[in-house]
Amino acid sequence: MNFDLTEERQMLQDTLRRFLGDRYGTAARNAILESDAGFSAEIWAELAELGVVGVLFGEDQGGFGGAGFDIAVVFEELGRAGVVEPLLDTAILGGGLIAALGDAAQQALVEDVIEGGLHLAFAHGEPTSRYDLNRVETTAVVSGDNITLNGRKAVVINAEAAGYLIVSARESGDASDPDGISLFLVPAGSTGMSLRGYPMLSGGRAAEVTLDDVTLPASARLGTAGAAYPAIVDRAAAASVALAAEALGAMGTASALTGEYLMTRKQFGRPIGSFQALAHRMSDLLIELEQARSAVINAAGHLGDDPALRDRHIHAARNLIGRVGRLVAEEAIQMHGGIAMTQEYELAHIAKRIVMTDHRFGDTDYHLEQFIALSAA
Amino acid sequence: MDLSYSAEDLAFRDDVRAFLDEKLPKESAEKIRLGQDLGKVAQEQWHALLNERGWLAPNWPKEFGGAEWNAVQRHIFEEECARANAPRVVPFGLSMLAPVLQKFGSKVQQDTYLPRILDGTDWWCQGYSEPGAGSDLASLKTRAVRDGDHYVVNGQKTWTTLGQHANWIFCLVRTDPDVKQQEGISFLLIDMDTPGIEVRPIILLDGSPEVNEVWFTDVRVPVENLVGEENKGWTYAKYLLTHERTNIAGVGFSQAGLDAVKRMARAEVSGGKPLIQNPHFAARVAQVEIDLMAMSTTNLRIISKAAVGQAPGVEASMLKVKGTIIRQEINDLARRAAGPYAMPFVSEELAGDNAPIGPDYAGPVAAQYFNNRKLSIFGGSNEIQRGIIAKVSMGGGK
Repeated sequence: MNFDLTEERQMLQDTLRRFLGDRYGTAARNAILESDAGFSAEIWAELAELGVVGVLFGEDQGGFGGAGFDIAVVFEELGRAGVVEPLLDTAILGGGLIAALGDAAQQALVEDVIEGGLHLAFAHGEPTSRYDLNRVETTAVVSGDNITLNGRKAVVINAEAAGYLIVSARESGDASDPDGISLFLVPAGSTGMSLRGYPMLSGGRAAEVTLDDVTLPASARLGTAGAAYPAIVDRAAAASVALAAEALGAMGTASALTGEYLMTRKQFGRPIGSFQALAHRMSDLLIELEQARSAVINAAGHLGDDPALRDRHIHAARNLIGRVGRLVAEEAIQMHGGIAMTQEYELAHIAKRIVMTDHRFGDTDYHLEQFIALSAA
Repeated sequence: MDLSYSAEDLAFRDDVRAFLDEKLPKESAEKIRLGQDLGKVAQEQWHALLNERGWLAPNWPKEFGGAEWNAVQRHIFEEECARANAPRVVPFGLSMLAPVLQKFGSKVQQDTYLPRILDGTDWWCQGYSEPGAGSDLASLKTRAVRDGDHYVVNGQKTWTTLGQHANWIFCLVRTDPDVKQQEGISFLLIDMDTPGIEVRPIILLDGSPEVNEVWFTDVRVPVENLVGEENKGWTYAKYLLTHERTNIAGVGFSQAGLDAVKRMARAEVSGGKPLIQNPHFAARVAQVEIDLMAMSTTNLRIISKAAVGQAPGVEASMLKVKGTIIRQEINDLARRAAGPYAMPFVSEELAGDNAPIGPDYAGPVAAQYFNNRKLSIFGGSNEIQRGIIAKVSMGGGK
């Protein structure tokens, strides 16, 4: 066994950490958070140039990475700096799905993504689907050479910036049948597709998407009709590695800020960190942070394995990260006191990033149930 | 022991329900339900409606115009108000300053300020915390220097809740820097319109402009605005803090919050079934509910022991710690229940008259989860409360 990063990944981590340290400080980030677009096109272009998008794709997909550890290294650094740019949505999900299912013509879009010229969004969740990946009520009906989509998609992150939405729709089966789900490339501005955009609490933007007789050519379908589910599950697993790693990075920042504050803030004539009631809780955070790192390593290391083994580690990691994330966010705020309640203090945004990862691709309880189901099988 | 409500209690509850049904403005209740800012006008309207009914000051003695309710009545009122989504009455004048004036204020101060608290002429805010004096409140530095018939005040207060609406502030100031910290503090009443006062908003992590910094530059305060004796302010401050904590268990809020979580969990579908039937979620809800059932009785037991107009002692610290843990756990459950729809940030402008994004109950839950982290920080953090409990129970304190 070897727990060191490869030389390439170590370089990637160093480069990204330095870049974000220089360019993504609190002031720069707060300006991005308050911008209309919700993210910075400039930062995006620079990330693409550094190869941060490309490393999220495999060599056969035109990238130079794509493994669990590549994802984990990138997202831990994004989390550490509280980055809100939509790498998960455009690259891991959107680009990843096209790379997995697309034909040669469609695959060309992946190149645009890697170069930083194209944004994507994965329009999968629906108003009542919650975290169930198999629940799709949006319909796709074939008529001659055309396909018509009807339905609603919920909290579609990055929808407004996306050149294409990758929309899941059902061609057969009942509302929760894993079979019968297809994915379609829907160009922005398609007739019949409307977006209601809004900001999110932890930064970035999303939209409610309504599909009202959106008519597409058959060439808009990704892969075989009704067979997209395994690719969706695979990308959800990759997204979970990314989210877990992002939360881990953000927890690192939260605990570093807390440690620093405990040593500098004085009350009753001494640093508050010298009170055992706080010192021991800080120690607990550091212990849990090591556990969180191990859970991310487990999930990242098994991302390429067969689904049963992969999912066991994915669900374990998301459950553990969900629990530890809440603990770290809440304890970091509590040990700081009032200062951590203010928008302008670094920790506010970081705490929101940590907690809100628990609302994407399954929360702490969802992953516990999935883990139990796998263990019982 | 008798755990049932008496006939009088039940009649009182009916009165409260009838009052809320008739008088609570629907628009205000809807805003509270959706976690929106009530605004000054609606807040003052509710204050006036309660005053008209004589229910504004349950804790005040009758001689000052209070209701003098017993513990059970207060409990019933709190619970019914929370369930009806009634606004919380702004406590700074009513529950914090008033008990201090009633016990330590001069006759003139009582006659001047207490009626104006009731009739809503004055909106008070609190000048206690400073950037360097949070948990260690006695280290405060805002200085008041006697100059003829005035004190000249310089310094900065912070975390001043709703200071943007207030026309008066009660402040702890340092009048003697050369003695033990606690012995050089005085309690001053300051008109916010006095030249030299500046209020600057602090935006909280959920985006709300709820608290402020208040800066004092050569602010001249008449000496008759000193409460009690000079340099005895710490005594009054401690007295006030025990009153601040009388309602801190927040049982009514917790019960209303738990009801809301259950409604959400009935509406949300997870794996093809209502979320409320999900065993993991149901277990989480049940655990909090069990804690809250006991808390409700703990709260009643403790406040029953304190005579009218008096505050409980160390038990108040226990109520605060456990009460805030329960409330925060309920906020966490509400956030979880909302699922992906917890992610949108529903600002006031987005809320407006627009249709909600997703189910309307989902809009405020994540913001409330973050906002209510304050519960275990303000009014003496839970760490400070635990210190008090330990000191009193093991150190032979009072």
